[in-house]
This record gives sequence, structure tokens and C-alpha cells, in this order.
Amino acid sequence: MSLKQKTNELKKRMQEALLGGGVKAIEKQVAMGKMTARERIIALVDQDSFHEYDLFVEHTGKDFDMDKKHLPGDGVVTGTGSISGHPVCIFAQDFTVAGGSLGLMHARKITKIMDHAMKLQIPLIGINDSGGARIQEGVNSLAGYGEIFFRNTQSSGVIPQISVILGPCAGGAVYSPALTDFVFVVENISKMFITGPEVIKSVLGEEISMEELGGARVHSEITGNAHFYALSELECFEQIKKLVSYIPWNNSKKAEAFPTKPPKSKIYSINKLFPTDPKQPYDVRNIIRSISDDSDFFEIQELFAPNIVIGFGRLNGETIGFVANQPLVLAGVLDVDSSDKAARFIRYCDAFNIPLVTLVDLPGYLPGVDQEHAGVIRHGAKVLYAYSEASVPKITIILRKAYGGGYIAMCSRHLRADFVFAWPTAEIAVMGPEGAANIIFRNEIKNAENPEEMRKQKVAEYKEKFANPYVAAANGYVDAVIAPEETRHFLIHALEISTHKSVMIPHKKHGIPPF
Amino acid sequence: MRKKKVEKKEVKSKTQHNQEPVLFEGETIFVIDNTEYRTTLSPKYINRKAYKPKDPKKLLAFMPGNIEEIFIKKNDLVKMGDKLLVLEAMKMKNEILSPFDGKVKQVFVNKDEKVVKNQLLIELH
Repeated sequence: MSLKQKTNELKKRMQEALLGGGVKAIEKQVAMGKMTARERIIALVDQDSFHEYDLFVEHTGKDFDMDKKHLPGDGVVTGTGSISGHPVCIFAQDFTVAGGSLGLMHARKITKIMDHAMKLQIPLIGINDSGGARIQEGVNSLAGYGEIFFRNTQSSGVIPQISVILGPCAGGAVYSPALTDFVFVVENISKMFITGPEVIKSVLGEEISMEELGGARVHSEITGNAHFYALSELECFEQIKKLVSYIPWNNSKKAEAFPTKPPKSKIYSINKLFPTDPKQPYDVRNIIRSISDDSDFFEIQELFAPNIVIGFGRLNGETIGFVANQPLVLAGVLDVDSSDKAARFIRYCDAFNIPLVTLVDLPGYLPGVDQEHAGVIRHGAKVLYAYSEASVPKITIILRKAYGGGYIAMCSRHLRADFVFAWPTAEIAVMGPEGAANIIFRNEIKNAENPEEMRKQKVAEYKEKFANPYVAAANGYVDAVIAPEETRHFLIHALEISTHKSVMIPHKKHGIPPF
Repeated sequence: MRKKKVEKKEVKSKTQHNQEPVLFEGETIFVIDNTEYRTTLSPKYINRKAYKPKDPKKLLAFMPGNIEEIFIKKNDLVKMGDKLLVLEAMKMKNEILSPFDGKVKQVFVNKDEKVVKNQLLIELH
């Protein structure tokens, strides 16, 4: 055979394999409103950058007549490519081939590309669209999942791992995304659960639709399993591209630096957006935008625990992880969910050399039986743990109220913030004036001729004396009281001089965080 | 926790603020440590379940299932640990025992009846 004939044969084989489950299966996929695995990768990576491997991998199942079946690529597409020039390893399960079910060779293709990502020290992106384990392959299929979970854990904190749920992801399969750093979901397409509606109905008699049980909205708003919510696959890919621009390739690198741009101060003017009365609400995201480069803020887990805000922005061109109490929702309290959300993000930033800027404005922890019974003690402790443990530059700005345990938790000096700045509107105290006066002056108020008048007077007294940043500043817990408009200037300087920050960490295998 | 809807007029007149207060959709008053904060509530917070103390005299189905057998009837005297009924759930025959010495006030289910989770089965006194 001539070279040309040989090449033609290759092309014929490739054509067959690239068709995945065939025309009919592709039509079905399209009818479900989904793109095919290869279309998804092409839409996500830079043009012509995707290189596919293991196209001709065949499954090894022998039982239940599986040996008579041909499954092109064994239901998963793997390869390498780049996103805005950043190299990535990528796999996408192909639902058109045996429902994207995971057998031994399918799993081996995934673990091979995962091993590549670790060896090459570049991010891994996994697109999940699978009916689950290939039951015909029995324990080999379970072994495949286990091998993936192990690698997810080993890679955690070394290379960024991104999971994209673009179809069903049920049973044991959900644990791979859960072990990765960021999970992307799309309305009407993503479905994640351990046990599906049918099992729940037969065992418990509870009826629920797939969407209500484990749809995109549920995981974005209620469970917190998902970090990014999109209305379409294309919107989802844009979110992934944006995320990749903020994070480094691996834990020994810094994220890409961009040219610095001033904030859009006309739109995001602190004077206009920030009420000085600690009882008034405002959207803290606008305060972040008034500080960050180009007023850019890329929010993570926008719908989950909205009483705390987390996300990336840039200062002087460098990626920053922002954590901010949100007075607009539940007055910005810390609770079970917001503690979980913040703590995990803090640990992410610490693992990947991203400095942390914390904006504080909270009345404390959320009271309630449901909170106490849900374990607000151990969940709240996560924030303390994560901030104390983090060794990246940590800068804190106290905007208004910083009361009680909330003050300590939100990256106070005591948890080794490198710099703590306070606005003149800051109130650093054990609790708000109303609550404190009621306790300290209980007897005076009770015995007064006019208790209500006395209470007001005592509240005012307390306010005058303690509801300010100067008591904390007098103790050196606050490094500088600064005018709001000086914030960006102070932050950039603090970050510049923290570039070579080094801290002694006690030798340990690992800590035992209050998971 | 006390909360009430804010009326727009009330907020404006009450605010002693150098700026026009911005009103956000769905604002309420939220009280923490005797302080009234203006803020919004998250859907999850709104949908949270209020705490109800357990009544030890009321025996509820701990999971959905089928009533296989009933050993007692109204006004029976029972001792702690006596078998009251069998609830078959998840292919397990679960014996429901009396938590204390008492008297059956009412039996709310019949043999072979399907029950849902937390359904009231028996009340003692």
C-alpha cells in the first residue's frame, strides 16, 4: 500500500470514530438541547488548538454480549489545547456512545489525561455527560471511578481542576466534580444527584422531578455544589474562559498579570454607594468594583449564601481573591453556608498564590435553632481555620460594623492579617451599641424613671465611646484608619511590599480542619 | 427573629442620612442583638423550617412504609419496651416500642396502611 492509501485508510478510520455514536445518537443529543462532546471542546478552547488522543481506544467488556459491540473512543474524548493561550488538559464524556457510560477503558482515557495534567503541571477540565457506570463491566467500572477520585484528590491544590456538568452526572460519578475546585452547571442540562427521583420514590414515596432534585438552579442556590450557573452551554464556556484568566497553571506559579487599569470611579463612587449608618444596606460588590482594576469583579457562587460575596478581581494587574460580607442580604451575617463558601475559597486562593483582600461589614453570626443544629460551630470554625492557615498576603479593610466573633473571623490581625485598614465609619466592638447598652447598663435602665429614655442615652454613650475604629487602632489591631478613597492606593502598596512574604509554618503532615 | 415589611415612606422619613437611601427589592427589617438592620432575605433563609420541639407522647413514622401489624388498641396500658406495631420500611420489619410506661390515647393507623414520613401513628398518655 502506498503512503497515500495508508493515509486514506487512517482518514476513513478517523471519520468513523469521530462520528461517535452515529448520526441518530447525535440527533438525539441535539434534540435534548445539548452539544456533542467534540463541539463542546471546540467551543471552549482556542481555535485549532485542540489535539485529541486515544481516538482508537476500544472497550474490553466481554460479558453480556459486549464483545460484539463497537463503542468508538469508548464514550469519552480526551486531549490537550489552550484557552486564551493557557494550556489545558481536557476530557469530555460522549453521551452519544453508550450514554457516555464509564467502563474500564473510558476511565483509563480519563486517568491518562489526568496524569498528563499533573506531569505537565497544567489545569484539567472535565466535561461530564454520562449515564453512570457501565453496568456490564461490573467492578471494573467501579475501579475506574475510584482511580479518577484518587487522582482528583492527589491533584487538589497542585493544578486547578474544573468540572463542567453538561448532562446527567449521577451516583458515584458526582464525587469527581465534588472533589474538584470549580463546578459549572447549565440550566435544564445539568443534573447531579446520588440517588435519582425513581429510587427516592420507590424507597421513600417522595415524588420529585430531576430538575427539582438536582438541577442547575438547585446546586447553585441550595446545595452549594456548583460555583457557576449559566443559561446556555455557550455562556458556560465564556465563564470558564474568564475563570482560567484569573488562575495560575499550577501551585508554583502566579496567575497571569494584566496591564493595570483604574476603576470606573464615576459609576462606582463610594460616596454615592456607601451609607455610613451601619443599619443601612448596600451592595458590597459595588465597593469591590470601586477598588478593583477596571471595576472588574468575577463573582463565584453568586446564588449560594449571598450574605457573603467571593470572587476574583485584579489590583495593579494582579489576581486578587475578594471576600466580603454582603449587608444587602441577611445584614451580612456569617452562617453555616456562608462560612463554608468563604472558607473553601480562602483555601483555594492560598493554594494557588492568590492574595486575599477581605472587606468586613457584619453584625456577627446568624442566631437560630436551625443554624445551631446545622452545626454553625464547626462550619463557622472553617473560616477561622482557613484564614489562620493561609500564608498568602492577607489584607483586611473594615468598612463599618465588625462585631464580636465576626470581627475575629473576618481575617482580623489576630488571625495574622498582614495589614488591617479601617474606614472612619468602622465600628469594632463586641456587639452593636443597642445590644451592648442593654447588657452593660441593664440595672441603670431598669431602675430609671424613664427606662426608654435612659436606654437611648446609654446607647448613645456606648456609640460615642466604642462604635469607632479608634479603640482598635489605639491597641494596634488596626494599622491605619484611612479615607475610603485612599483604599485602592493603600491596597496596591500593601500588595507590592508583600510580594516576597514568607511565614514559618509548623511542620505537619496536614492539619485537621473542621470539615 | 422579628421581621416586617418596610414601607417605603417610613424608611425615608426615619433615615437620618446624608444621602437618599437606596431601596432594594424585598427589603425587610432584620433584628440581631436588638439592632434593626435593613436588608433582604435569601430564598434559603425564607424557606427554612421553623423548629418544633418533639412531643415524646406522639409516635411518628421515622420513614415511609407499611403498617404490618398492630399489637395495641385505644386505652391499653403499655410498659416501656412493649411492642406497639411493626412498620415495614425498606424491606425491614421495624418494631415500634413504647418509649415509656403509659396508656394508649389513640391509634391513628390501621393494619396494611401505607404511611408517609413523620405521619402520626400512635399517641400515648
